[in-house]
Amino acid sequence: MKPYTMTVSPDFMPDYIAGWYIFNTWLQRQLGQSIHLELYNDFATQREAISRDEIDLIYANPFDAAMLVREKGFSAIAAPQDKPDEVILAVPAESPVKKLDDLTPGTRIARTDDPDVNLIGMMMIESADLKADNTHVQMLDSYVLVAKALFQERADLGFFLKEAYESLSDFVRSQLSVLLSSEIHVVTHVLLASPAFTTHQDELRACLLDMPHRDKGQGVLDSMGLSGWQLQAQEDTEFMIDLMDTLA
Amino acid sequence: MQDMHQDDVVSSCIEQVLVYHDDSRRKVYVADQEVPFPEGKLIVSRTNEAGIITHGNQSFVEMSGFTEDELIGQPHHILRHPDMPKAAFKDLWDTLARGEKWSGYVKNLRKDGAYYWVLATVVANIRGGEVTGYTSVRRKPSRERIAECIELYRQMRLEEAS
Ligand SMILES: Cc1cc2nc3c(=O)[nH]c(=O)nc-3n(C[C@H](O)[C@H](O)[C@H](O)COP(=O)(O)O)c2cc1C
Repeated sequence: MKPYTMTVSPDFMPDYIAGWYIFNTWLQRQLGQSIHLELYNDFATQREAISRDEIDLIYANPFDAAMLVREKGFSAIAAPQDKPDEVILAVPAESPVKKLDDLTPGTRIARTDDPDVNLIGMMMIESADLKADNTHVQMLDSYVLVAKALFQERADLGFFLKEAYESLSDFVRSQLSVLLSSEIHVVTHVLLASPAFTTHQDELRACLLDMPHRDKGQGVLDSMGLSGWQLQAQEDTEFMIDLMDTLA
Repeated sequence: MQDMHQDDVVSSCIEQVLVYHDDSRRKVYVADQEVPFPEGKLIVSRTNEAGIITHGNQSFVEMSGFTEDELIGQPHHILRHPDMPKAAFKDLWDTLARGEKWSGYVKNLRKDGAYYWVLATVVANIRGGEVTGYTSVRRKPSRERIAECIELYRQMRLEEAS
């Protein structure tokens, strides 16, 4: 039988790539199913694979969850424990901009292609009357490059996933200053299963929720930078999708 | 809807009477005192199809000045401010009835008579093809847009009164 395919939102932290492979090996053993892990370099390529129905399991960015659940019929399985996606807006340490309202039209924004961070970031600066048509956006390949663009003063404002910002080195962070940090709490990555995976869904959910207590489970979680999984009911995901829809 | 209590409100409030779309009335106390939007947060509430509050996040409860128990089960117009024109909410409900999402600037009244401005977006919760309720997500509004709305809403209310 053809193995199932699992993929991970391309915004995962590079430190945890190995962890996802270890997780895949662990999961195959737990479920007794063969699963192939396919990682994509960017969101666009991943979405193409999704549209070709090549994906059975996905650790999805909240932004993509809408399409996966509402158009592709994916089901919510679990969310990482205590790990909401929050956004940090940062400026160079020496910047005259001390609060959001100091930002002016023409602001140069550095960001990655992380879709939920960009959606929330643009929403946050809207209260300073900044939008796509009066700002200049530079899309960079990583948050480290976003930080670099700021302290080299090639950009005035950076959008960061909070987790990524906090993992920057102390030296890099000392050159930056946090303007605002979001506290949305309910936007999170989610593990979703395709309709083709339905028969294993309950077993998968039970296995993830019980992961710290299963053989080697805790070590695997550590290698992925997760403290555990929490139940994500379909309605929790539907609610999150409605919320994202209001921000678009 | 119960009248507001003078004991609950800040000093320097003016008494006004709100008339809702169904002609029911409520005595409210209104102060010229703004509470700033909580930076970085979203104010979220949900209602059933009839606009009765079913859920609210912590920021929603805190900003309203009520307790969660006082809000759940109440019509969402518990937050209606007399400076808001009726037409804004008619537009909200007409837009939702067409199956579209609604966005607008709203001045809300707190239990203590003070107010706060939001940029609200309301969407229908569609589950299994049916509308099961609505979600409103409010974010910090731009000062410039609020200034425009203050004038616009004043004119709309003058027209509604005549
Ligand atoms: C999800 C949702 C959220 C709402 N939030 C507010 C609100 O914050 N403030 C408000 O005055 N009306 C809000 N409304 C509109 C009220 O239901 C109501 O139409 C409005 O207060 C005017 O009262 P009336 O329609 O009874 O005259 C909301 C409606 C929905 C469906």
